[in-house]
Amino acid sequence: MEMLVASAVGVLTTVGIYLVLRLRTFPVIVGVSLLTYAVNVFLFASGRLAVNHPPILRDEALSYTDPLPQALVLTAIVISFGMTAVVVVVALGAYLGNDNDLVNDPDNPEDAISKEPEA
Amino acid sequence: MTIQRLAKVALDTSPAPARARGSFATPAEAEFALRLSRGGNTAKNARTLRQKERLMSLLLIVLVPFLGALLPGLMGRAGRQTCAMTTLLVTLTSLVGLISQAPAVMSGEVVTQSIVWMPELGLNLSLMLDGLGMFFAALILGIGVLIIIYGRFYLSRDDNMGEFFTYLLLFQGAMVGIVLSNNVLVLLVFWELTSLSSFLLIGYWKHLPDGRQGARMALTVTGMGGLAMIGGMLLLGRIVGSYDLTAILENREAIQASPLYLPALILILLGCFTKSAQFPFHFWLPHAMAAPTPVSAYLHSATMVKAGIFLLARLWPVLSGTEAWFFLVAGAGLVTMVIGAVVALFKDDLKALLAFSTISHLGLIVFLLGTGSSYAAVAAVFHILNHATFKAALFMTAGIVDHEAHTRDIKRLGGLRKLMPITFSIAVVAGLSMAGIPLFNGFLSKEMMLEEAAHTTIFGPDWLVPALATAGALFSAAYSFRLIGHTFLGKVRDDYPAKPHDPGIGMWGPPAVLCALVLFIGVLPQYAEPLVFFVAESVMGEAGAIPEGLHLKLWHGVTPALIMSIIAVGGGLILLLLYRPAEWTWKVLPVPFAKSIFDGIIAGVVALARGVIHPLHDGSFTRFAGLFFVAVLALAGHAWLTGSVAPPTREGLPMGEVAVAGWLMLVVSALALIWYHRNRLFALILMGIIGLIVSIGFAVFSAPDLAMTQLSVEVATIILLLLALNFLPNTSPSESTVLKRVGDGVVAILGGLMAFGLSYHLLLRDFVAPTISDYHLENSYKGGGGTNVVNVILVDFRGFDTFGEIIVLGIAALVIYALTQALMNGPVRAKLLNRRPDKDLAGDMHPLMMVVLTRVLMPMVLLVGVYIFLRGHNMPGGGFIAGLVVAIGVVMQYMASGFYWAQERQRYPYHGIIGAGVLIAGLTGIGAWFTGYPFLTSSFTYIHIPPLEEFEIASAMAFDLGVFLAVVGAVLLSLESFARMARRADQRESEYPMDIDPSREETT
Repeated sequence: MEMLVASAVGVLTTVGIYLVLRLRTFPVIVGVSLLTYAVNVFLFASGRLAVNHPPILRDEALSYTDPLPQALVLTAIVISFGMTAVVVVVALGAYLGNDNDLVNDPDNPEDAISKEPEA
Repeated sequence: MTIQRLAKVALDTSPAPARARGSFATPAEAEFALRLSRGGNTAKNARTLRQKERLMSLLLIVLVPFLGALLPGLMGRAGRQTCAMTTLLVTLTSLVGLISQAPAVMSGEVVTQSIVWMPELGLNLSLMLDGLGMFFAALILGIGVLIIIYGRFYLSRDDNMGEFFTYLLLFQGAMVGIVLSNNVLVLLVFWELTSLSSFLLIGYWKHLPDGRQGARMALTVTGMGGLAMIGGMLLLGRIVGSYDLTAILENREAIQASPLYLPALILILLGCFTKSAQFPFHFWLPHAMAAPTPVSAYLHSATMVKAGIFLLARLWPVLSGTEAWFFLVAGAGLVTMVIGAVVALFKDDLKALLAFSTISHLGLIVFLLGTGSSYAAVAAVFHILNHATFKAALFMTAGIVDHEAHTRDIKRLGGLRKLMPITFSIAVVAGLSMAGIPLFNGFLSKEMMLEEAAHTTIFGPDWLVPALATAGALFSAAYSFRLIGHTFLGKVRDDYPAKPHDPGIGMWGPPAVLCALVLFIGVLPQYAEPLVFFVAESVMGEAGAIPEGLHLKLWHGVTPALIMSIIAVGGGLILLLLYRPAEWTWKVLPVPFAKSIFDGIIAGVVALARGVIHPLHDGSFTRFAGLFFVAVLALAGHAWLTGSVAPPTREGLPMGEVAVAGWLMLVVSALALIWYHRNRLFALILMGIIGLIVSIGFAVFSAPDLAMTQLSVEVATIILLLLALNFLPNTSPSESTVLKRVGDGVVAILGGLMAFGLSYHLLLRDFVAPTISDYHLENSYKGGGGTNVVNVILVDFRGFDTFGEIIVLGIAALVIYALTQALMNGPVRAKLLNRRPDKDLAGDMHPLMMVVLTRVLMPMVLLVGVYIFLRGHNMPGGGFIAGLVVAIGVVMQYMASGFYWAQERQRYPYHGIIGAGVLIAGLTGIGAWFTGYPFLTSSFTYIHIPPLEEFEIASAMAFDLGVFLAVVGAVLLSLESFARMARRADQRESEYPMDIDPSREETT
């Protein structure tokens, strides 16, 4: 079982990194989401794996799995939704404003800065 | 019970810093200590507070302006009069509190109050009130009262008065905080707050470029000085071993003997000199004159610029008396006094003239503090008082002239004596005081300064200091005469920009009060003597005493000082008569302007920053990301190669067929993304599969809460990305070269292998150190009253984290809303409205089946949400999950019947829901304070309502309700913002829930 989880984390990381290095916003967002899965699963797994030992206190239960990583990952999942949404709206704004969805700034930044009015 | 134990830990740790460094009996205790230090207040503090309830506590004197700062800002619509009255009441309240402490202070007691905050770091909110603090606080609040009255009549109807008074009160609170601080770290915080509030006030007229630039310059200079001072104060604390001022003040010998004395002194002086506009940091002050005149009168003459002087006076007992102090402080003061006075004479702008004159007078005070003698300390205190009275009055006069004549250019004024007789009288009294004429208070302290200068030698010949001091006084007299003569005397002109006349009493009253003080002290100095001596004694502490036989009086006999004074006044008059040739000479002389030097330095720094940043950040995200991954991989690889791995200590779990099937689905979907990611819709489907498997994985591995959260977030994320795909192209072009793809692939595979290796090794080994999880499991029910440990951790053990997280989530949603609004109001708007969808749309966009189904589902969704919420404390569920479920239920209504229809029926704005959630969570946390426990300590009880079973009610439930509302609001606000963009011009907004409704009589 450990092998399955660890290899899943590895595959998610691989695909996530590859997509983050693409040139358009959408694959980058998908890539970041995959990296989020990988990180969340890794963090969760740092409590070690256990089947049928949920951290719900019962009289008949003998042991429980580690609740702390679960609590941390739970908020991480919700926050990652918020962050994805922010990145998506930024990507949308960039696309609508420039008519392209490239992640890289096509202009030379030197020119872009010197165009700004002097303070 | 958790709370009792927690309080016990708090009491144990506070007095013994050693315990905080890791010698806790259990890790759980360490966690609690951590929570306490973040939570802020402790049960012990509550007791400290209760002990100090007599009269009005020092804390309240400081806090009242800060709390009051909310009022004018909030009641902007209540009218100008109400707004000003409220501000006035706030300041008066604080002033009354201060006066209530006066008897104790006057009897020689030092009133203190301390609230333990982070005792391990020596960071406590400790306040003290002694003679010096009392004197400054009275100046700040007393002049504050006058400024508020004046400001009420000075600001025009177009100005936002609420905003102005809010900033002013913020400043006032920060300033009172500085003078009452008993802990240098707390003092630093207030110090920086004055810089910030001064920035806001200088830039109050946002439409004026001068104001913006002046505000930036002031912030840069005083902020940099503040940073230097932080270093100096930390050194000082290091030498003494305590950050308490009272402790520092008792260690004169230790400080002056320390090798760190000189660096500490220089750093602290940098802070003081920048704040008090001493040469060569004086240039920001004239530029700060772009502020409204009440601000100039308050901050830049009477209070803020005196903060540096206050600190010099405060630290005088421990820092003064050395050679370094003498040369640096007296030298800078002397130079500043002369330069300021010379420049002031040739300024045509009334406020610029006054600004340079302020610089000069501040230099005078700094010089007096620098000489280090007791006599000079008395003179310094006396001049602080005198300068505050006449200079604030003069600034207000300049404001009146500007307000009535619509110009403050001396060249365009003159002859105002007949048109503005009241203003003229005030200007004469205050101006003659500034010039140092007998019977006005400025004369007395200036005489004392000259007397001190006559006995001071610095850098060479004996005559140098007296000559410079006389020159300073001479120019001082000259510009004072010019201010009176060129503005008010002379012939009445007929070309003023407006018709000047005296203003109402609201504007001339405050400076008139100050003028009365000027005359009172000037004629009867013996009545000011006890006060001045008392404050001076408090400045000197044990490092000095009032010189024998010293009295403040008009006539000392013919002394060197009197002769110097006569030369100065006479010379000043002659200089004014020769003003034209003098001005010509001034203009011909090449004078380097500090501002151009400052601009040069700033330009240099900017160029340097560009030179460093641009080669690294060339605007290519792919490049940063690639660099980042490679760097992480290199670090991880290094760790892997140099570290060693212990043998596995855990048995692996057996693999089941179902698990392998799930794994296969996940891996195949992920790998398929590499080939098919250009088809974006398909990529989303693949992503959905991965998310689903991850949720199921959580469920399998004993994490039901995570499974539920992941599943509902998955739905919301997919909806969000679908909404985004509505605008974005449906496919990504194939544009990277094969080489790049191979390179990226290598990095990606290496990263994946490392992540795999790390996870695999981690999973087969036990924890090397005991974790705090056992503590959570043990105390979840006993202390937190819930059996779902994950939920109890979220709402109780680590409630402070959760509180932060819902705030972050709320902010994220507001950012999305704001960005959307910005897009919709920008040039993109037309593009969005006229957008043609690239696919054919269904004729029936809001199908009957779906509409009916979502309506039926809605109550059930709500029911499920409430159920999940209520059981959350004991069974899987809770605020986060319930919030997501309810949000999805509402989103379904938008999807079924369209944005317009659903929005019409949405009664509460989502911003409000987010705000309510954060407020409820915060208030629940604050509730614990009232029972004397730290922020967010939860409590619970069991109640029994007849037909129901006995059930538990915990304050954590209210906190979870806050979480629930914040999540609902945040998710809906984000999705709604995207949907808002999707509206198009060619689409009619339907008021019906569905497009085709058989029961509706079509009229079209």
